[in-house]
Amino acid sequence: MFKIVTMPEADRRTILRGVGALGAGLVLGMVLPARARAGSGAADLMPGQEGGATAGQFAPNAFIRIAPDSTVTVLVKHLEFGQGPLTGLTTLVAEELDADWSQMRGELAPAEMVYKNLFFGMQGTGGSTAIANSYEQMRKAGATARAMLVAAAAQAWGVPESEITVDSGIISHRGSNKTGKFGDFAEAASRLSPPENVALKSPAEFKLIGTDVPKLDSRAKSTGKEQFTIDLKRPGMLTVLLARPPLFGARVKSFDDTAARQIPGVVEVKQIPQGVAVYGKGFWPAKLGRDALQIEWDETGAETRSTDEIIADYRKKAARTGRVVATVGDAEQASSAHEKTLEAEYVFPFLAQAPMETLDCVIEADEMGGEAWAGSQLQTVDQAAIARILGCRPEALTLHTMMAGGSFGRRATPVADVASEAAEAAKALGRKQTIKFMFTREDDLHAGFYRPLVVHRLKGALDTEGNIAVWDQVIVGQSIIADTPFAVQMKDGVDPSVAEGADDLPYRIPNLRVSTHQTSLAVPPLWWRSVGHTHTAYAVETFVDELLVLAGKDPVEGRLALLGDKNPRHAGVLRAVAELADWGGSVPDGRARGVAVHKSFNTYVAEIAEVSVGLDKIPRVHKVWCAVDCGVAVNPNIIRAQMEGGIGYGLGHALHAEITLDKGRVEQNNFDSYRSLRINEMPEVEVTIIRSAEAPTGVGEPGVPPIAPAVANAWAKLTGARVRQLPFARHTRS
Amino acid sequence: MALYTLNINGQSMQVDVDPDTPLLWVLRDELGLTGTKFGCGVAQCGACTVFVDDQPQRSCVTPVELVGDSEVTTIEGLSGPEASAVQSAWIAIDVPQCGYCQSGQIMSAVALLREIPQPTDADIDGAMAGNICRCATYVRIRQAIKDAAAGLMKG
Repeated sequence: MFKIVTMPEADRRTILRGVGALGAGLVLGMVLPARARAGSGAADLMPGQEGGATAGQFAPNAFIRIAPDSTVTVLVKHLEFGQGPLTGLTTLVAEELDADWSQMRGELAPAEMVYKNLFFGMQGTGGSTAIANSYEQMRKAGATARAMLVAAAAQAWGVPESEITVDSGIISHRGSNKTGKFGDFAEAASRLSPPENVALKSPAEFKLIGTDVPKLDSRAKSTGKEQFTIDLKRPGMLTVLLARPPLFGARVKSFDDTAARQIPGVVEVKQIPQGVAVYGKGFWPAKLGRDALQIEWDETGAETRSTDEIIADYRKKAARTGRVVATVGDAEQASSAHEKTLEAEYVFPFLAQAPMETLDCVIEADEMGGEAWAGSQLQTVDQAAIARILGCRPEALTLHTMMAGGSFGRRATPVADVASEAAEAAKALGRKQTIKFMFTREDDLHAGFYRPLVVHRLKGALDTEGNIAVWDQVIVGQSIIADTPFAVQMKDGVDPSVAEGADDLPYRIPNLRVSTHQTSLAVPPLWWRSVGHTHTAYAVETFVDELLVLAGKDPVEGRLALLGDKNPRHAGVLRAVAELADWGGSVPDGRARGVAVHKSFNTYVAEIAEVSVGLDKIPRVHKVWCAVDCGVAVNPNIIRAQMEGGIGYGLGHALHAEITLDKGRVEQNNFDSYRSLRINEMPEVEVTIIRSAEAPTGVGEPGVPPIAPAVANAWAKLTGARVRQLPFARHTRS
Repeated sequence: MALYTLNINGQSMQVDVDPDTPLLWVLRDELGLTGTKFGCGVAQCGACTVFVDDQPQRSCVTPVELVGDSEVTTIEGLSGPEASAVQSAWIAIDVPQCGYCQSGQIMSAVALLREIPQPTDADIDGAMAGNICRCATYVRIRQAIKDAAAGLMKG
């Protein structure tokens, strides 16, 4: 959900060099020397044996365990919240291992530096990087394990390694007619030293990569058996709910818990820095107890403005050029030289991620440290936060990564808000009992960490031939990383997330200026599935569409001309989606089509939406065609699923969702007022994946940005109205 | 607090809880049946859907004192031809993403097919509109229900 490099510059250069040299440097970092294995995550999961494996098991590195029964378990370093890394990373290992898919298993790796994201330099899932940063690392892990199994078989059979083949989990030597399974050689392989360098397959040799291997988690998730953090039960565990301030920046002044303590099942009430925690024997007593609290809040210095006031303030800022983040030619000078001009202002609301599983964290603290369980996107950040509060070293606190019921960015807070609250609650209880710290949906929508509210102002001008001659864009919005430990990422104080997707416009425009005003509010901001691209794609792709219409040009042909020959992948997805949808062909009466193309997280996506006016006078989206170029398609089925889901997530919020403040108080409480897309609003979706030999890039986020502008462009064609404020439901009917 | 004897997945189970306690929390916290999920607490999202006497109900707003001796079925106790057709179809086309809402989706889908064996798109939308999926797996939910219906027709 973010593009951040937190590692020291020297490390980053090493890794980048490694990537440039086909990952030669990564192999050393990946394969753990035998002595170091005891300190690896694999070892933690396989206690009792030096070298990290239980009897007969083969753990060539921190990522792979091969059991005597030949099952291969991949320790997946990325959080699974639906986007597919459990299956994807396991596929990468299985490919080079020449395993059969039926013998593969996946497990989420715990908090350990060995499981770091190679793009971040720390453990983390976000920025649609899971496959991209793991592509060589996991294949090398698999190839290394395969080489060791082959060496063990060669020794056992007394034949040269070069004569041994591996296919679908069967190790064979044709000359002597010998065959064996991985498990047969697991123990022998575990006594060998890992080779330092192994060859990887060429894409032409792939058997699993590029195929729709079945997802590893579909069965458990279709039978109610999948275990999420919220499902954990530990002996004597208490459920904790926290009463938080009604205003951002307010604090507890005093409270009366007399009534709360009288509720059967309420065990304890404690004030912690973030609010008042109620400990109950289960959710219901904790909730009744919290409802019964009488709290007086100190609202000094809290945010008491309404969103309309914040928007008015942002609009004033947008009238001035901000800090320039991209420039071509002289937009200032050129803007007065043209007759046909266009100006527009766009307003994007705060948005909550609202994952289905409400936020949670289980902590079992003891004198030395303890254990924690969470669906964490930033495991080591959450681990460090809990350890700091409990007063132990991070290594003394084991953080288990749990399957997460959605996230969309919410489980990746640089300030570890949920983990910190949970740790404070565990500490306040005197580390006596295990706690399950929970959010209700209301807590989730009220807690902040929203996609920032953003205002864009755009000015454009056409030359006499109808070409876009000037583009002047001002963006006003909160920095996501300012005042967090991630602020070190900012270059000269510029948070790249504010203008990403606008500061690298692919269109050829001779005079261009993009500038930003970074604001600061008491409302905590956060990444939200596709981050800055959520609003920049909308502003850019609707404004360019409007300029093309003004110039009398076709939206697809006009974009292709603006892309020229320097942006073949943008042009590629645009042409592919136009062909898929038969752009220019007949459209049913009462409907219109709109298009948008956008690159995010190095993946290129173009979408065409077919729209009519719905009964409620908002867009009714019938069908969406989508073309995606994400390099090598590791699992086309998952890529299609992410495009379908991204389109639905983007559409639902564009149609309905906003978090608003009334004198500082959040007005939305639950899914009744924070409307989610429902099945009757979901369009039919058709996806085409561009064939590519480029290194794979992410798919979790890039399906989101083009959908809202594609719908808006169709709506404009249909009704003549340009929607410049979201959500549609509140701003199309006026 | 009060004692209740409930009929859950064909078994008689006793709990001692506040009469207002929603069935959802009795299932999850008291009986350890965690396949039924909490998503909103106000009957907006459908993640907590169970059958009460074969009718889909939002267990998050069903007080335990109103359950009486009704037969409660959760995802853990789901069985029958519609259930296996739906779950097989779900797995075959990899419907789940995060998977958190899918117990509720499957309960609603099974209830639909028991009522209307060959549903139209409008029937599906009508029966499933109360179940939110934040991952928006709706395209595949629709397809899986059709696949399950086709499978049931073939027998």
